Amino acid sequence: MATTSEPAATTSSQPSSASLLSIRSVAKHFGKNVVLRDISLEIAEGEFLTILGESGSGKTTLLRILAGFEQSTSGEVWMSGERLDTEPPYRRRVNTVFQSYALFPHMTVEQNVGYGLSIAKRPAAEIQSRLAEALAKVKMSAYAKSKPSKISGGQQQRIALARALVNRPRLLLLDEPLSALDANLRRQMQVELKALQREVGITFIFVTHDQEEAMVMSDRIALLRSGELEQVASPREIYNRPATSYTAQFIGHTNLLDADVRQGTAICSALKWPTAMPDGAALFSLRPECIRPASTTSATVALPTKSATVRFTAKLRDQAFHGATDLLRVESDGGLILTIRTASRDLPNSEARLEFEFSAADAIPVRATSLASNSEERH
Amino acid sequence: MFSRAYRTAVTVPPLVWVAVFLLVPYLLMFCYSFWSVSDSGTIVHSWNLDNYKELLTKPVYWQTLLRSMWIAARVMFFSMLLGYPLAYFLSFHAGGRKDLYYQLVIIPLWVSYLVRAYAWKTILGTDGVLNTLLQYVHATRHPLDFLLYSPFAVVLTLTHIYTPFTFLPIYASLEHIPRNLVEASHDLGATPQQTFWRVIFPLSIPGVLAGATFAFVLSLGDFLAPLLLGGPSGIMISNIVVSLFGAAYNWPLGASISLCMLAIVIGLLFFSERLEKKWSFS
Repeated sequence: MATTSEPAATTSSQPSSASLLSIRSVAKHFGKNVVLRDISLEIAEGEFLTILGESGSGKTTLLRILAGFEQSTSGEVWMSGERLDTEPPYRRRVNTVFQSYALFPHMTVEQNVGYGLSIAKRPAAEIQSRLAEALAKVKMSAYAKSKPSKISGGQQQRIALARALVNRPRLLLLDEPLSALDANLRRQMQVELKALQREVGITFIFVTHDQEEAMVMSDRIALLRSGELEQVASPREIYNRPATSYTAQFIGHTNLLDADVRQGTAICSALKWPTAMPDGAALFSLRPECIRPASTTSATVALPTKSATVRFTAKLRDQAFHGATDLLRVESDGGLILTIRTASRDLPNSEARLEFEFSAADAIPVRATSLASNSEERH
Repeated sequence: MFSRAYRTAVTVPPLVWVAVFLLVPYLLMFCYSFWSVSDSGTIVHSWNLDNYKELLTKPVYWQTLLRSMWIAARVMFFSMLLGYPLAYFLSFHAGGRKDLYYQLVIIPLWVSYLVRAYAWKTILGTDGVLNTLLQYVHATRHPLDFLLYSPFAVVLTLTHIYTPFTFLPIYASLEHIPRNLVEASHDLGATPQQTFWRVIFPLSIPGVLAGATFAFVLSLGDFLAPLLLGGPSGIMISNIVVSLFGAAYNWPLGASISLCMLAIVIGLLFFSERLEKKWSFS
């Protein structure tokens, strides 16, 4: 165990009353391979926090450290003012819903769900009533006597959830629990899971690689990139105010504008807009839906005024129909390629010159961080 | 999919092999068991149940059979006692050395059965390694004579020889247990001991049954270990069969004992397979 004893003794940073879990400078190395570095995160009581990241970002390792299946190389984890990471998994008031559910194949649904209570030697009457309650909550009472192999994937998922929740943990960890389900069932379970979390009031830490899932369910999203926290914020904030280019690209779709700022004006190719950024190079994120066809056909030059609307002319390169919206790829004067999301409608043929506009306030300055090459075309 | 000629070419040779070298001998043995030997020492092909009557009435046969089963049961017990912890350790705690240890367990199987039996003879004999050592350190004054030519020597040798056979199926069944089940058990509050008894052991029962069956059936039919190390008190049923087919020249009686053992073994295999099915969850 590579933990330093001095800071632990003083517990200088005792978590505030609202904070349930406190992850402090946690790092994990597998040999020379650094999987997590310097992760610090406070998680509030009753919060639904999603750890979002690509495969290999370290999200599952972080979850396994919280569950106790892995030891962190350095750093500490505290829960309600008590050290958590030095306890073996079976003494933590933390339960896990595994990615592949990990139901015991030799036990019935009922025995699976009652396992934790029977290990804890609860009285038989209490086990019976809590069991019935848990099965009813996940609508699986009818399958109490079935073996896990006889029920469907979605039902196994509910049983895994009931088996964890019946123990009334302080913290529930969910390791991509929906990834094995088909798209429709998955969306349904997202809603159910979120509703269930509100109902029971237990803190959820949910791991996923699916940014849409993260947006739908979470109170806050912690975005991991190669073992480091990229940004921790509410879904709205992380989408509307991405701190880095990686966040902007990973969550949703964006145009990254490599601009040059001179005396309050950002210049990128033929586009110019007012900004509060200091002089020099700056990177801006402009969401495709923030660009719209210009309301009137007039001047083609952008007007650098406060809360300005920036206009530009561009050639239509490509139009893709996405149902309610169209995704356009246009080339502005000066050769800048932009992606634009507009309400679906018919546009003139390609090569047509069209006018577009966006508000300068929608161009969000972001810190430059590299995006893994294979995730360029994410939706 | 395949041509008729190809299928014939592939299936006929093994069928012929099994028929000529397995089914026909069994059939012959079945016939012999209902025949008898005349006083002049020729086999009389008249059908009767005398051999089976003799087996039931003469205590030496069924007593030897019972002793053989008792020896086989002890071998089964001790090889489980050695094989299970070994398999558990290798599967769950050997880490990167798993493959090395696995090979070490397997290597004895490459050594001839006879060599291993003789090795025990050298170790257990009156002038053997063990007795010499005991006398040298003055633990005993005279050589211990129960070590060799006794059921003890037979059980010891057979346990040594058949432990890898019990180890293998147990190891295979332990390796098949998804590790996240163990994690799930810990996660739900079970200590490592509770996890072993409530998750790991129940899931390894098919391997335990297969291993136990191996050890019991293989040692029940063994005749070399009792021949070399058993002495008069360590005689097993197969030794009687050997002598009936050899020196005693009573093939019909030998065949009837063989058929009884065959029936016992088939019964055991059938029973253990049903139990294994009941306990398998894949």
